[in-house]
Amino acid sequence: MSIQILSLLADAAVETGYMVLVALSLGTLFGAPVGVLLATSGRGELFAMPVFNRVVGAVVNATRSIPFIILAVAIIPFTRLVAGTSIGTSAAIVPLTVAATPFIARIIEGAIRGVDSGLIEAAQAMGAKPLQIVFKVLLPEALPAIVLGLTLTTVLLIGYSAMVGAVGGGGLGDLGIRYGYQRFRPDVMAAVVVTLIVVVQVIQSLGDRLARKLNKRIR
Amino acid sequence: MIRLEGLEKVYGGKGGASHHALKGVDLSIGKGEIFGIIGRSGAGKSTLIRTINRLEEVTRGRVVVDGVDIASLSTAELTAFRRRVGMVFQHFNLLSSRTVFGNVALPLELAHVPKAEIERRVTPMLELVGLSDKRDRYPAELSGGQKQRVGIARALVAEPKVLLCDEVTSALDPETTQQILDLLRDLSHRLGLTMVVITHEMSVVRDLCDRVAVIDDGLIVEQGNVFDVFVAPQHETTQALIAGEIEAALPKSLRRIINNGAPKDGENPVVKIVFTGPNAYDPIISQLSRVAGIDFNILAGQVDYIQNRPFGILFVEAKGGLAEAEKAIAFVQSRNLKAEIIGHVDPDSVPLG
Repeated sequence: MSIQILSLLADAAVETGYMVLVALSLGTLFGAPVGVLLATSGRGELFAMPVFNRVVGAVVNATRSIPFIILAVAIIPFTRLVAGTSIGTSAAIVPLTVAATPFIARIIEGAIRGVDSGLIEAAQAMGAKPLQIVFKVLLPEALPAIVLGLTLTTVLLIGYSAMVGAVGGGGLGDLGIRYGYQRFRPDVMAAVVVTLIVVVQVIQSLGDRLARKLNKRIR
Repeated sequence: MIRLEGLEKVYGGKGGASHHALKGVDLSIGKGEIFGIIGRSGAGKSTLIRTINRLEEVTRGRVVVDGVDIASLSTAELTAFRRRVGMVFQHFNLLSSRTVFGNVALPLELAHVPKAEIERRVTPMLELVGLSDKRDRYPAELSGGQKQRVGIARALVAEPKVLLCDEVTSALDPETTQQILDLLRDLSHRLGLTMVVITHEMSVVRDLCDRVAVIDDGLIVEQGNVFDVFVAPQHETTQALIAGEIEAALPKSLRRIINNGAPKDGENPVVKIVFTGPNAYDPIISQLSRVAGIDFNILAGQVDYIQNRPFGILFVEAKGGLAEAEKAIAFVQSRNLKAEIIGHVDPDSVPLG
């Protein structure tokens, strides 16, 4: 493998990392509050708002039912509005974030729903306010599950990021399509695939290890 | 300290099936008292105890704690009120992500107590429940009894005046149960707590409480001093709950050979004698023989202490006829103890001794 390919690969990996990390961060920023609300706004829950709960749930489901490649193309006007352009690696962060947000919201909702309701009752009995229950009880108790869920999201975003080449984004997937496929360079394709496998393995095992470290339930 | 007036709680309704969990409960619990509420599962005890800190809103009736009708409290006042009422749970409800120290510190953190003061208050609390050496352990590393000690320390760290105990020993083995009950009793005296104890185990009431109310199907069917309720239960639910504790004194093998009904000639009456009160220590059996002029064979017996007062039951076979047995009963009653003929045995069927 030539130095040239390695340099292409390194550039593409950096682009993928950039897109995934920024989309993951923004997705968590937007998705976490939505997830917390989804988990606590049902009938008889902490912030009971059943109608709101159903509406947000429906929006989240709608977003998640659109295949990513369609979503990325469909929201191009929105992307242009936010990023100023619809082409390029930075612009690709917009559809990635839009896809990550509802996914993360569901992840966080699920993690919080996994917390024993007895803990909420105990906190209420201690005189905890609803927000204190979220920050002192629900989120810390759900953290191991949230870390596992965010690991899953990261892997998912790496997959999605390969598709944003279609709307002008760069990254490993784009490299694989343009060089490996369109220019008939199986060596580039192989390098891309191996890199992706290694990266996903590393991320998954780091996530697993962190979640295990945070989980004090098993000793 | 705590007054419940005409409490009713209806779940559901609005066209759907409704469930009347509490049907008009009146109770008055004095300051410094350990008050037991016992009932079978589904009797409404969990709902009842949760009305005291308003984890359950009542449908009708009033809950007055320390002179305040808690239904009138605003959200902020309710939060402050709950900080003065501790609660301990059957399944401990500890945060798995926090150490023992962190769990006990939580109520203080919620009340925005400064860090240095939290440290100053949690440390003696851990000592009080005997967990100083487990301070930095996580709940998953503790035994059930230790977890409940953490639960108790957490409930008491904010120095409440009232402690609500919801089936606190139901998930524990008998030995650990005893330790937790001893701890609660000790703490209640030391800290001058008013305690409300929910349980389905009569032994918890016997070993911990001063007074007891029996709840059945959403209603209080009997209440009184623990000793009195134990010695002379009035309602059939109470009798059934106590039976489990006391019937153990009459083993199954003996119950099988004792026939109900009045003894005929040649059959020996079986007399049950209940020892309570100041004469419980009297050497009654040897006196009985002298008074009635016959021998008595002890079939089974049990001596217990309830609130440090002796309480015993003895089943004896009168080696004679009905007349002698009645003479014996009259003697027992003259000593202010209770006795009755509960059946009879065929003299040959009773194993010697």
